[in-house]
Amino acid sequence: MKIYRSMVLISSDPKSMLYGAEEVFQRFQQEIEAKGLQDEVQVSMVGDLGRHEVHPVVIVYPEAVLYGPVKPENVPLIVEEHLYKGRVVPELQLSPQELSGRIAWLTARKGTLPAEQRIVLERAGVIDPTNIEDYILHDGYAALGKVLTSMKPEDVIAEVQKSGLKGRGGAGFPTGLKWSFVAKAPGGKKYVICNADESEPGTFKDRVILEGDPHAILEAMAIAGYAVGADEGYIYVRGEYALAQERLNVAIAQAKEYGFLGKNIFGTDFHFEIHIHSGAGAYICGEETALIESIEGKRGEPRARPPYPTTHGLWGKPTLVNNVETLANIPPILRNGAEWYRKFGTPSSPGTKVYTILGNVNNTGLIEVPMGITLREVIAIYARGMKNGRTFKLAQTGGSSGSVIPASLQDTPMDFDSYNKAGVSLGSGALLICDEDTCVVDLAKVLVNFFRKESCGKCTPCRIGTYRAYQILQRISEGQGVLKDLDELLSLSDNLVNLSNCGLGQTAATPIKDILKYFRAEVEAHIRLGVCPTGVCTMVPEKSPQEA
Amino acid sequence: MTNEQPHGKNILEIVKHVVEVHGKTREELIPILQDINKEYGYIPSQGLEEVARLLQIPKSQVFSVATFYHMLNVKEMGRHIILFCESAPCHVVGGREVWRRLKQELKIDAGETTPDKKWSLVTVSCLGVCGVGPVIVIDEDLYGNVTPEMIPDILARYN
Repeated sequence: MKIYRSMVLISSDPKSMLYGAEEVFQRFQQEIEAKGLQDEVQVSMVGDLGRHEVHPVVIVYPEAVLYGPVKPENVPLIVEEHLYKGRVVPELQLSPQELSGRIAWLTARKGTLPAEQRIVLERAGVIDPTNIEDYILHDGYAALGKVLTSMKPEDVIAEVQKSGLKGRGGAGFPTGLKWSFVAKAPGGKKYVICNADESEPGTFKDRVILEGDPHAILEAMAIAGYAVGADEGYIYVRGEYALAQERLNVAIAQAKEYGFLGKNIFGTDFHFEIHIHSGAGAYICGEETALIESIEGKRGEPRARPPYPTTHGLWGKPTLVNNVETLANIPPILRNGAEWYRKFGTPSSPGTKVYTILGNVNNTGLIEVPMGITLREVIAIYARGMKNGRTFKLAQTGGSSGSVIPASLQDTPMDFDSYNKAGVSLGSGALLICDEDTCVVDLAKVLVNFFRKESCGKCTPCRIGTYRAYQILQRISEGQGVLKDLDELLSLSDNLVNLSNCGLGQTAATPIKDILKYFRAEVEAHIRLGVCPTGVCTMVPEKSPQEA
Repeated sequence: MTNEQPHGKNILEIVKHVVEVHGKTREELIPILQDINKEYGYIPSQGLEEVARLLQIPKSQVFSVATFYHMLNVKEMGRHIILFCESAPCHVVGGREVWRRLKQELKIDAGETTPDKKWSLVTVSCLGVCGVGPVIVIDEDLYGNVTPEMIPDILARYN
């Protein structure tokens, strides 16, 4: 892939096609060639842009300017003014009132990548995380003060529900609804747990939030405690995140000193304490019931559900478990209101999402963008294209339990609903972008190996299933596979999905199913022809280091 | 932290001290084991028994917890522990070649310790520094963007 100075995206949903998107596309190509800009500007038809009131819509990056409705005769002006001279054409721009949904990134702030929208990472890297006063100067604890002094617990839950916030840990469960379950659960003693056991391979967004803005999590937990009627909270931090634990400890001590934690917060009769619990290296403890077992000092083996933690959680009491990124959204929502929050993202998945961009691209790292952006946009704009000009082959989302997304789905908006419809999952926000030199068998082998090692071993389908699946994939990569193996892989996948006790086993088969769905020919080549098309697999049994 | 065995340190005294700091409750079992592991390098069976005795928990349960979590060791480890990230993000950007070279240099496989007790080679899941993969961690030093050619130089820094 070449690196272009500008990118022109044209919507090509059925309605846009009806209104001449194809002609607009051709006209752009003609005009760009006429100006000799074909090496600098890329033009693409990109499917549904999520805007249904205007057809067709054209977005020009990196400025993220929207034009619409664009007719073929408008094209020369856009090319002449915007792409050639670098001046926006105001008369063709979409009116600001129509800027809803995913287009809210136009308010990009300085210092971030083009068109980033930072809500949860707003302060990370900007303030001194060990100084509570810096946090307070940046609107810190304002939401907690507002909530405690002017809102009833049920109003807080209603506001969170209205914001449409969905859990950012991977499952996408509506946060406000979860809060209401805990609030309604009978019992005097309740707990709030922040799940900071971030161990999805390729995901480090929570670490950045914890290290860069630890007070935001404390504030959010206190708000959650007030809303659901809890007076005690735990932050379960991954054992490997020593710095995050240190920063949280400092933050808790400071918050207590300033009276934001402890007794009678803001002079009300609300009390809230937070404890830190360190993990000890177990991926499975990211599963909420395993996490609770681990806090209780046991092996981190998931419980049978139901009952859910919302009624029977830590020490059998109603417990709210939320992910770090989810909680980081809470103070801004309550400070600015649900209306404000809904301006970002798509109507069904409001807000932003933090992604980690990894793999064979020019620019890896962390971005926060509105829900509903597409993979093509991520690769071209934030990742600055594929490394060494190679071709994009697939992306693996959400760490190991995410999906393998083939290049054909790169124009699907990345929000919970659109991805569900396409049969893939957004996962926890890792985007491992792979080029044409990636072998799908090798990739699946690595992913399944991870589950094999991290399976807690409590239930048989997962313990044995992941092991068998790994053996088969290894055999295929060593040139020993037979076609029957593929049927066996699929039946193992079904068993994992249907019979496993928790999310680990249920998602462990995703990479296998995905590669057989989208890249079956490549897998079969290993078996039928005895070659690895990308030359990655050894195709002979690997030797141990002593033999080598 | 180098993983040298603390000469003169008595495992029973370490356990006693750590349990005093944390308190004798089941809830504190994992933090207690973590601290012993940090102080002593691993948790010998004598230590596990002492924890069970002080906390009034069956030995089997202490052992089952200690062997469940990757960061707790019940076997003696080498002086230096190499953690190699084998998750997909490091793998696709060249981790595979780094792993082969590591095994070749040390002549041991995953989970093994060299006969001279200098090195232990441990494969781990994502360490959360995927932006600079492939990643290896030796004791507490993190190395990012590692290539196979860098391995001999990196290993030579430790004695």
